[in-house]
Amino acid sequence: MYNFTFHRPTTVRQAAGLLARNPEGKLLAGGHSLLPVMKQRLAQPSALVDLSQVEGMTGVELKGRSVVIGAMTRHADVAKSDVLKEVLPGLASVPGSIGDPQVRNRGTIGGSIANNDPNADYPAACLGLGATIITNKRRIAADDFFTGMFSTALEDGEIIVKVSFPIAKKAAYEKFKHPASGFALVGVFVSKRGPDIRVAVTGAGSNGVFRVKSFEEALKKRFSPKSIEGMTIPASGMNSDIHATPEYRAHLVGVLAKRALAKATA
Amino acid sequence: MTANGIGAPVRRKEDFRFITGQGQYTDDVVRPGETRAVFVRSPHAHAKIKKIDVAAAKKMPGVVDVLTGAQLATDKVGNLICGWMIHSKDGSPMKMAPHPALAASTVNHVGDAVAVVIAETTAQGKDAAEKVVVDYEVLPAVVDPAKAQAKGAPQIHADVPNNTIYQWHLGDQKAVEAAFKAAKHVTKLDIVNNRLVPNAMEPRAALADYDAGNDSLTLWNTSQNPHVARLVISAFVGIAPEHKLRVIAPDVGGGFGSKIFIYPEEVVCLWAARKVKRPVKWTSERSEAFLTDAHGRDHITRAELALDSNGKILALRAKTIANLGAYMSTFSSSVPTYLYATLLSGQYDIPQIYCEVDAVYTNTVPVDAYRGAGRPEATFVVERLVEVAARQLGLDPTDLRKRNFIKNFPHQTPVIMAYDAGDYNASLKKAIELADVKNFGKRKRESARHGKLRGIGYSTYIEACGIAPSQAVGSLGAGVGLWESAEVRVNPTGSVEVLTGTHAHGQGHETTFAQLVSERLGIPFESVSIVHGDTDKVQFGMGTYGSRSGAVGMSAIVKALDKIEAKAKKVAGFMMEASENDIEFKDGKFTVKGTDKSVGFGDVALNAYIAHKFTGAELEPGLKETSFYDPTNFTFPAGCHICEVEIDQETGKTEIANWVAVDDFGTVINPMIVEGQVHGGIAQGVGQALLEGAVYDANGQLVTGSLMDYTMPRAHDLPSFHVGLTETKSPSNPLGIKGCGEAGAIAAPAAVINAITDALGTEDIAMPATANAVWQAMQKHPPKAA
Ligand SMILES: Cc1cc2nc3c(=O)[nH]c(=O)nc-3n(C[C@H](O)[C@H](O)[C@H](O)COP(=O)(O)OP(=O)(O)OC[C@H]3O[C@@H](n4cnc5c(N)ncnc54)[C@H](O)[C@@H]3O)c2cc1C
Repeated sequence: MYNFTFHRPTTVRQAAGLLARNPEGKLLAGGHSLLPVMKQRLAQPSALVDLSQVEGMTGVELKGRSVVIGAMTRHADVAKSDVLKEVLPGLASVPGSIGDPQVRNRGTIGGSIANNDPNADYPAACLGLGATIITNKRRIAADDFFTGMFSTALEDGEIIVKVSFPIAKKAAYEKFKHPASGFALVGVFVSKRGPDIRVAVTGAGSNGVFRVKSFEEALKKRFSPKSIEGMTIPASGMNSDIHATPEYRAHLVGVLAKRALAKATA
Repeated sequence: MTANGIGAPVRRKEDFRFITGQGQYTDDVVRPGETRAVFVRSPHAHAKIKKIDVAAAKKMPGVVDVLTGAQLATDKVGNLICGWMIHSKDGSPMKMAPHPALAASTVNHVGDAVAVVIAETTAQGKDAAEKVVVDYEVLPAVVDPAKAQAKGAPQIHADVPNNTIYQWHLGDQKAVEAAFKAAKHVTKLDIVNNRLVPNAMEPRAALADYDAGNDSLTLWNTSQNPHVARLVISAFVGIAPEHKLRVIAPDVGGGFGSKIFIYPEEVVCLWAARKVKRPVKWTSERSEAFLTDAHGRDHITRAELALDSNGKILALRAKTIANLGAYMSTFSSSVPTYLYATLLSGQYDIPQIYCEVDAVYTNTVPVDAYRGAGRPEATFVVERLVEVAARQLGLDPTDLRKRNFIKNFPHQTPVIMAYDAGDYNASLKKAIELADVKNFGKRKRESARHGKLRGIGYSTYIEACGIAPSQAVGSLGAGVGLWESAEVRVNPTGSVEVLTGTHAHGQGHETTFAQLVSERLGIPFESVSIVHGDTDKVQFGMGTYGSRSGAVGMSAIVKALDKIEAKAKKVAGFMMEASENDIEFKDGKFTVKGTDKSVGFGDVALNAYIAHKFTGAELEPGLKETSFYDPTNFTFPAGCHICEVEIDQETGKTEIANWVAVDDFGTVINPMIVEGQVHGGIAQGVGQALLEGAVYDANGQLVTGSLMDYTMPRAHDLPSFHVGLTETKSPSNPLGIKGCGEAGAIAAPAAVINAITDALGTEDIAMPATANAVWQAMQKHPPKAA
């Protein structure tokens, strides 16, 4: 790890100010993506702005027809939120599938979304539910937020404060774990909220999380696994590495979408 | 049996220390004025070093010195060596290329060290290491052992044409050819035994301390055999004479073979400590471990089995290319030869066997012994061949095995080994019962109803442990003897210290060895402590690997205990004024035959030391005995593992539905520890079969260079094991022990792959059989609906 200065603001405004004064600085949330790359000397931020003491950035709250989750809420706390389990169990199941207890007790939803790892789970949930990412500057629709692997619509110095998830009547996540890392080799989040049907896929695409419009179209008639029976997506554009061929990933998208639909409609 | 004696499932003494974080590992040892070593490693698989510029690095804060391979050569530090001579078919000796601890002219694998920074802190060392400028001329690399011998392949070492270290063989080629000609049926298989990265929990570490006053060095390191390390570092590397070098291997967190070997880093720490006159410590990071710990396996084999029309095996033939990596590690040459081909008879009466092995250099991390070492590779060849032959002949795989089992002992195989005892039918029968094979069909249909394929696979393995006797291994090329030593020190108060030449790094010797002593001397288990791992304390010993500590190490303790008993009887005789021949020893009491006169062990111990009851002319005072024990043969643990798998047809994911292991380990000292060893072994074997596999790209970069890409087995990958035992005692050592440390890793891969291929209906699947691989296999060979 290279040297850096360490700051611990207590308000979002202070945090934003610190970032402005340290253009090479980075926000620190759970540290479970940032610190490993710093330890490997692959990242060299001049300053860390720790968000752990910032007020109003944690918790899961019911707000009208949405659930709002503070950006600093740890994966473990989201997983065990009674409110969430009641109104949106499909989302509550997502953080429980992340990493191991250590990771879940430190990692945060804001950090996960900001990082936008192409194999991360939360991006699928955000896109699959049509969430709104609320920053210190604006509100960004999930459809506009995830712009490619490890890249987002966030501007320099922009801080995710909360994420708002509309409550979908039917929603579920199905994850096929990467054998080594435990991230999603492929993960599929499906939801239906009135006419809004979403199928979002993480892990598979070479450009990060994406929606499967062909499946969504087919599901308009009936939101059921049967509606996409036999449907696949093209292997082009899928990731290829030692763990899975593009064909296998494309195939898994179909399998997991059906399983998620079965779960959502059970 | 005493409460804590032989056969009791005693809880491990050492676990309190380990579980409460009080273990003392090499990295926990801190010496005053200690510095840190940070290695500068090659990012290229193969390159010429044109120039190394350390000037900028030397000026960095906290830097004590920066040393290079050129200085190592100037100081005449010797090369690392491989200590087992193998001769090729044509009689020529193996071609061992120089292995300097720091490369000076060429680098031969990614991670090869070229320089070392000695700094006040690791962070400062890393900062400085980034400033070392190495000018490389990148050369073409070869990583695939199948391509290493090809014309035009890059030659890695100057005097090793075709990168071929040796072309060795074993067995009667002509007789085998004749048997194949006469055979009714021949089964052929192409097998890749995947390369594994050991990944012991504790990374390797070394701490070297130079005592200028005595011109002596102390090395704390993560070693499975500190005396062997001292011997090699003194006699070959030439860092210090043996009596001026103390090697201490304190608590060691797992080895699995990877900590047997003598590595560049410990040599460099010793050399540097003397140069900078301060202690030098290096602790590997996980990423460094992937690039420098000796890997395991990595064979490519063409194997054939000849059978007659009754399913009787006539002959076996195998041609193997073994990848030894960029340099020959300490025992690498023996693994694909005498630890591999000698086991190709399995549990079967095979009249003729012929095996050829070509060992090759590649631009990869050196390969050496890893849990099982050669025997997993042999078992995989034999057990896959037998299973596939049964399928091809339409025979039940257990039936084919039974027809060919060795039933009479001793049995001389055509490949050196003389099996001394076993009952292979007994373990197969018990395993079949435990696995409820009878109802497998029912379970298979039930799986099919859920869209899953079910398969069952057998592995009736044999292995050879406790490599010995020394004379025999010497005749096969070993540079060392493979006996073991023990010293039993009885204290005046009757407590006992046992100094053993073996070394524990997870095996639980502090418990099992104490159980033996407690049983033999009739003293409380708590009154015994086991000392190992320090060349200043313990007499020379050979260390722990190859499941030898029970069979060989404990036998040495038995021999020393015999001497203790004999001497104690003399003392007791003087105490009770009786002839030593009239003294009986039982349950910790010495009794004069036919009388009620007796004295306890503690009293005798005290009298041995106060020496009031006898003169020095009659008896030497004290009660301490040493033994060096050389067994008469290897031991031959064997057994049957049955694996049942369920495969998700949609995703290709394999679940292990059931696992039965019935092993014959001879005498069992502590069944709980033995069961733990079996569990761990199976986990590693399942890891090899389903999950693990080192992958290099064509340029020699290790693609699986971290735990994000290299899949270690996790608890959820494994079922609850059903473990059973059968017992035939080993006639080759006084306790009848055979050894249990490697059995699981040896048996498991074949059991898993036999089960998966049974489920899929194709033999066309390589290890690791990941979900991706199984799915690809199903695309190529669509499984028949059950
Ligand atoms: C062993 C291991 C296993 C894992 N397994 C999984 C898994 O299965 N699935 C999965 O999805 N993830 C997994 N992760 C990743 C884990 O979920 C991370 O915690 C998460 O991706 C990042 O969150 P964090 O809070 O740790 O963020 P940090 O590491 O602190 O930060 C990550 C990045 O986000 C930025 N950032 C953080 N907070 C904000 C904010 N509020 N606004 C703007 N930018 C911000 C940081 O500056 C940094 O660039 C794993 C991680 C580890 C170490």
